[in-house]
Amino acid sequence: MTPLLLSAYTATTCLGRGLDATRSALRAGRSGLAPCAFETVRLDTWLGEVPGVDDEKLPAAQAAYDCRNNRLTRMGLETDGFAERVRDAIARYGRTRVGVFLGTSTAGILQTELAYRRRDPQTGALPDDFHYRTTHNSFSLAEFTRDYFALEGMAMAISTACSSSAKVFAAAARQLELGTIDAAIVGGVDTLCLTTLYGFASLQLTSAQPCRPYDAERNGISIGEGAAFALLERAKAPATGSVLLLGTGESSDAYHMSSPHPEGLGAKLAMEAALRSAGLGTADIDYINLHGTSTPANDAAEGKAVAALFGQTVPCSSTKGATGHTLGAAGAVEAVICALALTDGFLPGSPGTQHLDPAIPIAYLHQGKAGSVRHALTNSFGFGGSNCSLILGVAP
Amino acid sequence: MSKPNRQLSAWIEGIGFLAPGLPDWPTARAVLRGEQAYEHAPSVLPAPAILPPAERRRASRVVKLTLAIGLEAAAHAGADVARLATVFSASGADGHNCHALCEQLAGEDRQISPTRFHNSVHNAAAGYWGIATGAMAPCQVLCAYDASFGAGLIDALGQVVLDRQPTLLIAYDSEYPEPLFAKRPVPDVAGVGLLLTPERTERSLARIAVAPGTATAETLADGALETLRTAIPALRALPLLRKLALGEGEGEEICLDYLPPMQLSVAVEPC
Repeated sequence: MTPLLLSAYTATTCLGRGLDATRSALRAGRSGLAPCAFETVRLDTWLGEVPGVDDEKLPAAQAAYDCRNNRLTRMGLETDGFAERVRDAIARYGRTRVGVFLGTSTAGILQTELAYRRRDPQTGALPDDFHYRTTHNSFSLAEFTRDYFALEGMAMAISTACSSSAKVFAAAARQLELGTIDAAIVGGVDTLCLTTLYGFASLQLTSAQPCRPYDAERNGISIGEGAAFALLERAKAPATGSVLLLGTGESSDAYHMSSPHPEGLGAKLAMEAALRSAGLGTADIDYINLHGTSTPANDAAEGKAVAALFGQTVPCSSTKGATGHTLGAAGAVEAVICALALTDGFLPGSPGTQHLDPAIPIAYLHQGKAGSVRHALTNSFGFGGSNCSLILGVAP
Repeated sequence: MSKPNRQLSAWIEGIGFLAPGLPDWPTARAVLRGEQAYEHAPSVLPAPAILPPAERRRASRVVKLTLAIGLEAAAHAGADVARLATVFSASGADGHNCHALCEQLAGEDRQISPTRFHNSVHNAAAGYWGIATGAMAPCQVLCAYDASFGAGLIDALGQVVLDRQPTLLIAYDSEYPEPLFAKRPVPDVAGVGLLLTPERTERSLARIAVAPGTATAETLADGALETLRTAIPALRALPLLRKLALGEGEGEEICLDYLPPMQLSVAVEPC
């Protein structure tokens, strides 16, 4: 593919709001995970909750969008000056030429879960103040973002579970390459809700401790929430040091709804496709941000695929011990973490991981370290066997 | 770098269809051509022969729906489903499963079933499609509320033009039970499958090219069909399907509803 410029980017997770907070937490090897104290949820697990989400107020004209997921969406958009950069792009290109491509797994379904507690005792009806379209529906965060900037062009939500906000980069890149748009707001937002918390618990995929990616004793995920965005544009002559999207690769496991292909076959196909798309070989990759959810099955399968392609030569880590698994936001959060690795020359480590799984022969970074990164690859895999790998680079 | 300007275009090689009163594409084609009167009836979902018997019984309505229209479109084109890239686009996920989860999570016992949970994802039907067909090619799953057909068409055409591979678009919707039905009154399951290819072949039915527009969407003269078009987001495709059913008219443009104020202008050239 033709490289695209990330002309602005931002991430908000339990590590903090924005790039500086994210950067300093990753440098310090700090985790944002804490014991579950969300809503009325009583589960023995740890969460990556973003503080202050429910204090965020939406503009009055957009009151119908009000829900935890859109509060975090706005919070994310108004961080690191991202919204200003979007408005600059709209001024340059016009309202019809800036597309919106956002990923989510559950959007604002928490709003529906809460509304079901307030059904009319006689009729069973949901309360009048519940707005399905602007909160629950998977498109709600994309429609909110489009309205927030008064955009008039294309918009879509991608919802492929935990690969959602990696795949938005691929979808936006296609439209930029075709010239149907001149800029794209890409990203992902997912927020804590009962469906995912009790759902992952029902699959026995949540850990009672902070998650430990690639640890021999890993026993499940820590669910997080997050909002991460990037502004993608075609790069005429990118300034030295600017971050570029170089390649995207997508594949399907065709294996199982909630377990990865045991040999990591789909994961390998996605990484190979991303390398082809970027015109790079495995030796060109300097850092891999793994999907690394910390379930026994995910890390074993992904580890096999990474070992088969890269051996033990490329430093890699999962940052989910720091951020938690932000599900539909994970792809975009980790793309931003790769952008930081590229610009800062710092490869993040893996808080929580203690004893690396000896059965997985990869160059796993326990601790973060300084190092030059020209090309970074990031993996995101989701339920339904949906895989996406992205390659980011820095302009020479 | 000059601004690229490549057309969002492809050849249609196969069509799958299922809607209330219209169980498959041959029936829909006859009705859209005016050869047969439309008679309303609830959507009929065939048992998916591609699934093993146990899975066939357990398959949800959206899984049966997407397998029906996807397999019909692929068979129409004589395509091998195991090799196709797919784009699923739906305005919502499995409404019945969603209702059951929300009801249980509002009560005392929140220990939901793991199967209900993995079936709750927006890409559940796409996941079952992969398991049933063995397709390891890229699989996209989109939502754009009432604009979901247009969003799916845009992304599918992008893949066909850039990746030069046959791509199966499966746009579909399903109903919620009450109380969500009152908030989102999609009346029944329905969907359309389009097998899109980068090159013309002897099987090509028509070439389509999509561009942004601002016109008013084409409507259907038959009141019942027009009701379907506006009630079920995937059926915003009906004016395009009517043109394909008629198979006449060189380079005619039709307008489809997309995302206000943006509409999609579709040039249709029958083969």
